[in-house]
Amino acid sequence: MDARAPHDIIAEMAGAGVSRDGRWLVEGVDLSIRRGEIVTLIGPNGSGKSTTAKLLTGVLKPDAGTVRRVDGLRVGYVPQRLSIDWTLPLSVKRLMNLTARHSPAEVDAALAAVGIAHLANDDVQHLSGGEFQRALLARAMIRKPDLLVLDEPVQGVDFSGEVALYDLIKQIRDETHCGVLLISHDLHVVMAETDTVICLNGHVCCRGNPESVARSPEYLKLFGTRAAATLAIYQHHHDHTHLPDGRVQEADGRVVEAHEHVHEHEGHHHDHQH
Amino acid sequence: MFDDFFSRAMIAGIGLALITGPLGCFIVWRRMAYFGDTMAHSALLGVALSFLLNINLTLGVFVVAATVAVALLLLQRRNNLSTDALLGILSHSTLAIGLVMVAFMTWIRVDLMGFLFGDILAVSVWDIALIYGGGIVILGALALMWRPLLAATVSPDVAEAEGLHPEVSRVVFMLLLASVIAIAMKLVGVLLITSLLIIPAATARRLSATPEQMALIAAGLGALAVAGGLFGSLSYDTPSGPSIVVAALALFLVSILVPVKLWRKRRREA
Repeated sequence: MDARAPHDIIAEMAGAGVSRDGRWLVEGVDLSIRRGEIVTLIGPNGSGKSTTAKLLTGVLKPDAGTVRRVDGLRVGYVPQRLSIDWTLPLSVKRLMNLTARHSPAEVDAALAAVGIAHLANDDVQHLSGGEFQRALLARAMIRKPDLLVLDEPVQGVDFSGEVALYDLIKQIRDETHCGVLLISHDLHVVMAETDTVICLNGHVCCRGNPESVARSPEYLKLFGTRAAATLAIYQHHHDHTHLPDGRVQEADGRVVEAHEHVHEHEGHHHDHQH
Repeated sequence: MFDDFFSRAMIAGIGLALITGPLGCFIVWRRMAYFGDTMAHSALLGVALSFLLNINLTLGVFVVAATVAVALLLLQRRNNLSTDALLGILSHSTLAIGLVMVAFMTWIRVDLMGFLFGDILAVSVWDIALIYGGGIVILGALALMWRPLLAATVSPDVAEAEGLHPEVSRVVFMLLLASVIAIAMKLVGVLLITSLLIIPAATARRLSATPEQMALIAAGLGALAVAGGLFGSLSYDTPSGPSIVVAALALFLVSILVPVKLWRKRRREA
């Protein structure tokens, strides 16, 4: 299906897991990102999406399995949460130069691309949630990264802004051919350009290709075909429940350890209901 | 100009303020005020150990302050106690152990008040050399580490993901802080060192539009507080260390009254 050579892989993990206080936050994750590929992680709260992203960027070290990045990989990272103390006077412009210096022209271009050029001199503490997300995205993309890791980049952004930002992410990918790991804040909505969707729930529940996913009529009716070109609905029904202690309750009521639990839709077999 | 004690105190104090201003900004940004206090309090243990082992005082204080910082980092990782409680334990126990040790060492006379509240009027030319020599090293290191340190302050995760090694900047920052405490102890005393770190930085906040401006303004305000405090101390015959802190507080209170928007606008256009 995809003829790109394996050396195109810029970051990958195999059987990777992170444990804290004897509990696995996430375990057994296999994931690889190639140049120009968009991988989207979805899953409920606490399913280990952010942990997986931090594993891939090297913020967290795996307690099991391996994580590998190509040498000299330039990462642009938008974290899920970032609070900047009021005591730090930081303008939007200055935020762009946080981890490396960029020319004023580059800064202007990045801010214009996310639509907040008029806020360049404002303090970041005064931005609205959506404006701040745009600023963070601009900061990550100005680095011209090889790998862009976006943890819920459109949180707090209104719907039309969300479509615009997804368009922008696609544009960045097309122009710079970077790999993108995107964490969706919405379990059911992913970018249509996504090459691989991975559903996490403490482990990889399933993975799929959203182009094979039919689009929901309700969704088209609600947001129109313009939005549908950018966003896709990806839904599936779980046949099992994850218990708070990390074990899994199967549909027939059996309770098993997570690693004993087998997903029927694992691999490349898709029978999701849409 | 090094001849009279007052000039020496002024030169030494201003030199110290130029170091504590920029460093203090990071203490404020990283919400490490209590941490700085803990390291400063541990300086008295450093004094006691220096006398006991007969080693250089400044070196002893630096080693103990740095050790306390490392101990705290390790305890934070393993212990379930909150950082706040850990700081409280380390801060007061190191101060108390230092005081007890000094009391046991009956064979030497230690000017405890001098170490607790400082004696800036007693600085020697050698002290001035240490402040300016050490200051150049500390500020130079801070300038070199500026971008990674600032990035780690905003978000350690982003700094790590983008290859800036926040753990390294954190350790370097703590070593710089330990150095400042070792240098400053004789001037303002272990109980007042943190005020020179925090008050000028907090005062500068309302007058600054960028982190770099805030560091420079904090340095300037600190120097102003030292000058004001020393002149006040001379005029009213008050203890010099506390007078400097009172002058710094006065500047802080004045800064609250300044119409911020007017200031900030001018700064931004500058």
